[in-house]
Amino acid sequence: MKKVYSAAKSALDGLLFDGMTIAAGGFGLCGIPENLIQSIKESGVKNLTIASNNAGVDGFGLGLLLQDMQVKKMISSYVGENDLFMQQYLAGDLEIEFNPQGTLAERLRAGGAGIPGFYTATGVGTKIAEGKELKEFDGKTYVLERGLKADLAIVKAWKGDEQGNLTYRKTAMNFNPECATAGTVTVAEVEELVPVGALDKMSIHTPGVYVQRIFEGKHEKRIEQRTTRAA
Amino acid sequence: MPWDRNQMAERAALELEDGFYVNLGIGIPTLVSNYVPEDYDITLQSENGMLGMGAFPTEEEIDPDLINAGKQTVTELERTSYFSSSQSFAMIRGGHINLSILGAMEVSETGDLANWMIPGRLVKGMGGAMDLVAGVQRIVVIMDHANKAGESKLLKKCSLPLTGQGVVDRVITNLGVFDIVEGGLRLVELAPEVTMDEVHEKTEAAIVI
Repeated sequence: MKKVYSAAKSALDGLLFDGMTIAAGGFGLCGIPENLIQSIKESGVKNLTIASNNAGVDGFGLGLLLQDMQVKKMISSYVGENDLFMQQYLAGDLEIEFNPQGTLAERLRAGGAGIPGFYTATGVGTKIAEGKELKEFDGKTYVLERGLKADLAIVKAWKGDEQGNLTYRKTAMNFNPECATAGTVTVAEVEELVPVGALDKMSIHTPGVYVQRIFEGKHEKRIEQRTTRAA
Repeated sequence: MPWDRNQMAERAALELEDGFYVNLGIGIPTLVSNYVPEDYDITLQSENGMLGMGAFPTEEEIDPDLINAGKQTVTELERTSYFSSSQSFAMIRGGHINLSILGAMEVSETGDLANWMIPGRLVKGMGGAMDLVAGVQRIVVIMDHANKAGESKLLKKCSLPLTGQGVVDRVITNLGVFDIVEGGLRLVELAPEVTMDEVHEKTEAAIVI
């Protein structure tokens, strides 16, 4: 079965529907699937629930999907740096479910690994644990968190091959491997699509079994906080 | 004289031990990296997926694929490793990181920490703070002793929603260093020229001797 597509639009063909849940890789603007986000914007699909650590910035990343009110709910750990997000949230047009960053990562990992729930000490005694099952193990209290699956996962890698094997670059890896496992269908965009056999087999982060569709795209890689020292 | 931001960071650097893996929060805690003793082997963890974080890059070194948890551009070191978010929080939640130094809005005498939301104000989220305080071996807070209105930030009970319950080990304020112990805060050290009377006056939490 051929996994390779020419661009984001064709790679998403037949996958999008109103009310769907999407898991999106990236941390801030680092390692985000820029082309897929743009294409989801152009599709006009609505009422989305998006699991992503952040919600992009005004006019870039997932912030693009807010412009036409396509997002119903975000599952995120941090949503600063986004005025439009705050406007829609305060107007009641956008719901937010805060997850601690590690809990969000583990929910996606568990979801993709066939684990429906797990216990963690993170958030015990806080708002996050309200209404959730608590359980004591060895004298310490833990809260039950659920595995998280998505109808679609959109991820961005550095290099990928025609079998969907992916290698990420530096901190652009972040949530991408977890998202890739959590999607019923996973679409990957890569900076460089290489023939099968060209990747170092011992350096593949996401094995191709998790990736159904792949394409090569151009990436702006916008920097959120440009900080430097004197040369 | 109470300590200023840099002096608080310098004092916090004394919490480091040779060989430690450390996660530093955003703000004053970041300044601690300026005071790491030269003969110490310290590895900084950045929870977005990096162990062995280097300095900010020069203009030529900037790499958009290389940022820290504050989304700032950084550099790598010889020892650096990169990993995914679940791996990053496995090492945090699993107790493999020795020390986290972070800022706070309030700390209670039982070690509760509040630093992620103020009801009625815009809430941006907790990021990785709840995971860090729940999982890292030792939690040291750096914060001003009182808020801008002069009210104590060391309280009997936190008024703000918690980040973690009973998680703080030590607090470094502009007035001194305090440990959370049975019954309240135990004074470890006073900043120069700060008196115990001043500490009592500016502290709501119980202070035990």
